[in-house]
Amino acid sequence: MTTYILRRILLSIPVLFGILFATFALGRLIPGDPCRAILGEKATNLVCDEFIHRHGLDKPILVQFGYYVNEIAHGDFGRSFRFSKPVDDLLMERLPITIELSIAALFVSIFVGVPLGVISAIRHNTWVDVLTMLWANTGVSMPVFWLGLMLAYIFALALKGTPLQLPPSGRLSPGLITVPFYEAWHLKVTSGTTLFTIVDFLSRMNILNGLLSSNFKLVKDAIVHLILPALALGTIPMAIIARMTRSSMLEVLGQDYIRTARAKGLRQRTVVMKHAFRNALLPLVTVIGLSLGGLLGGAVLTETVFNLSGVGRILYEAITARDYGIVQAFTVVIAIFFVILNLIVDISYAYLDPRIRLE
Amino acid sequence: MTQQIQAIAKLDSEGTALHSVSLWNITRRRLLRRKSAIVGLVILAILIFIALTAQWIAPYDPIQPLIGREKVGKREAPCIHAFGCDVSKPQHILGTDGNVRDEFSRLLYGARLSLIIGLSTVTFAIFIGTVLGALSGYFGGWIDNTIMRVMDVLLAFPSLLLAIAIVTVLGPGLQNALLAIGIVSIPTYARVVRASVLSVREMDYVSATRALGGNTNEILFRRILPNALTPLIVQGTLGIATAILDAAALSFLGLGAQPPTPEWGSMLGAERNQVFTAPHLVFFPGIAIALTVLSFNLLGDGLRDALDPRLAHVS
Repeated sequence: MTTYILRRILLSIPVLFGILFATFALGRLIPGDPCRAILGEKATNLVCDEFIHRHGLDKPILVQFGYYVNEIAHGDFGRSFRFSKPVDDLLMERLPITIELSIAALFVSIFVGVPLGVISAIRHNTWVDVLTMLWANTGVSMPVFWLGLMLAYIFALALKGTPLQLPPSGRLSPGLITVPFYEAWHLKVTSGTTLFTIVDFLSRMNILNGLLSSNFKLVKDAIVHLILPALALGTIPMAIIARMTRSSMLEVLGQDYIRTARAKGLRQRTVVMKHAFRNALLPLVTVIGLSLGGLLGGAVLTETVFNLSGVGRILYEAITARDYGIVQAFTVVIAIFFVILNLIVDISYAYLDPRIRLE
Repeated sequence: MTQQIQAIAKLDSEGTALHSVSLWNITRRRLLRRKSAIVGLVILAILIFIALTAQWIAPYDPIQPLIGREKVGKREAPCIHAFGCDVSKPQHILGTDGNVRDEFSRLLYGARLSLIIGLSTVTFAIFIGTVLGALSGYFGGWIDNTIMRVMDVLLAFPSLLLAIAIVTVLGPGLQNALLAIGIVSIPTYARVVRASVLSVREMDYVSATRALGGNTNEILFRRILPNALTPLIVQGTLGIATAILDAAALSFLGLGAQPPTPEWGSMLGAERNQVFTAPHLVFFPGIAIALTVLSFNLLGDGLRDALDPRLAHVS
């Protein structure tokens, strides 16, 4: 197992370099002067000369690439002229929001998609199955941004005044004061230290922060605000997961050992959950891994629609403001994030299926 | 005697008729047996009809605002005379948009654009992907390694994000958006073709062609690549669905088709802040996108099952 993990990690290093090179090349393909593309049209000659020297833009292209890799390895993504602060700070502020949203969406897609798929497989060819598959086919075909807007319309306007009314934008109700959990715990962390960066990062996830500081009003409010975005973002993976669960379950349910299990008089629940479902899980892990990319891409659209100030929303703002530095930095970070997620999925796949690690 | 000969001739002709059942005949028959594939085909046929005839069936111009020509305001709700809308008001089946244009006409023209977007990006990606995949699979070695590692890097990005990054660099616009979506979908096709090439490269009939003096071109194009055709068709059909969704997303973000082009994603993006006051301007373009994508998804799924050789006995 250790050899397998090590080999997988080693294999992803060239991919990481490829990602760095691709984003580096994209940055150099920007028409015009790279300094003004990154620092904005208003940058003065003096500032630009300093910028060009600092980033080695007057050196050969391979040396420039070396500079770039070195900067990223040190976690230095430059400054954003649009927000006039370091891109690192922006990432630290915004990434928790996107992570929270993605986890919520994944939660929705797994906890709705898997049961739907299982039920659909058990009741194969009945109306439940037909309806579920109809829904799954529609689900993968809907644009995320449209679904988000429609959900906002239905739950914020059409259902206004009913208990089902949900807020269409933002993360928390106005006026709700949040206290970071480390302050609620009277922890003494000085800003600027690594520990502070970590606890501060975690405290920006409202639900987690609310739970840690036992502020359940905050938890409830954050969840209420997260339902619609998570539903919108989670629908496509939900549909894919439901379809995959169904076909995987159908395949397993047709096998001999299931008949044996039935023949020896086991209850339906035991047969389905213990014998069939566990073996059907394997392809699911891959599908969930594959849908993570869609989730990260969809987050850009969902955050734009629901006005959540996460990584996706900032990317949108950066595009409109032509802040290439941010677009480049965020693309790198999300791609690296995605590679790591895929690595985790691969490793868990090997953990679940011994045949893979022995290959 | 003559009767016997005739009977044999008849048998013979039946025999050849049986033998000439081609893969496409079988596929068509199997495809038409699936309800979902038929639904997909019907929606697609309607869309193609609309796309071809948009200039005749659209009641209004999709780009010219109606200001000064008709007594109609901006973002007016749908007005259909048959459903009791006041006859004195001009009929706009799906209402008007923020620039006082007939939403229905714009939607009809949008079908044309969406189909072109889907077909052109996928054709581009299949073409490049096939060349790369064939080179990779046929020659192997460092060519294979180089090409496939580049494909791995492309796949390492979430596809929509990579497309966004590419368009940001190239500059917004429909053409650049199409190019970006085309580029990010190349790896899928390259992988499909490479896998097919690898699976048949060492087969006896390929060696036979080589022994008979067939050159690389003949082996590659006549013996090997036809095997990649069926998976490419399935992947391509499903790929059109993804391409249309991604293009709509880029246009929604303002990176794809620019106003006043009647593109569904950009129509939706332009009016998204009006969702509470004029929901029809968000609802209908979205439905149009979803239906188009759905039709390609259903057709692709149907084709996959119909072309699956493991189900051959069902024909």
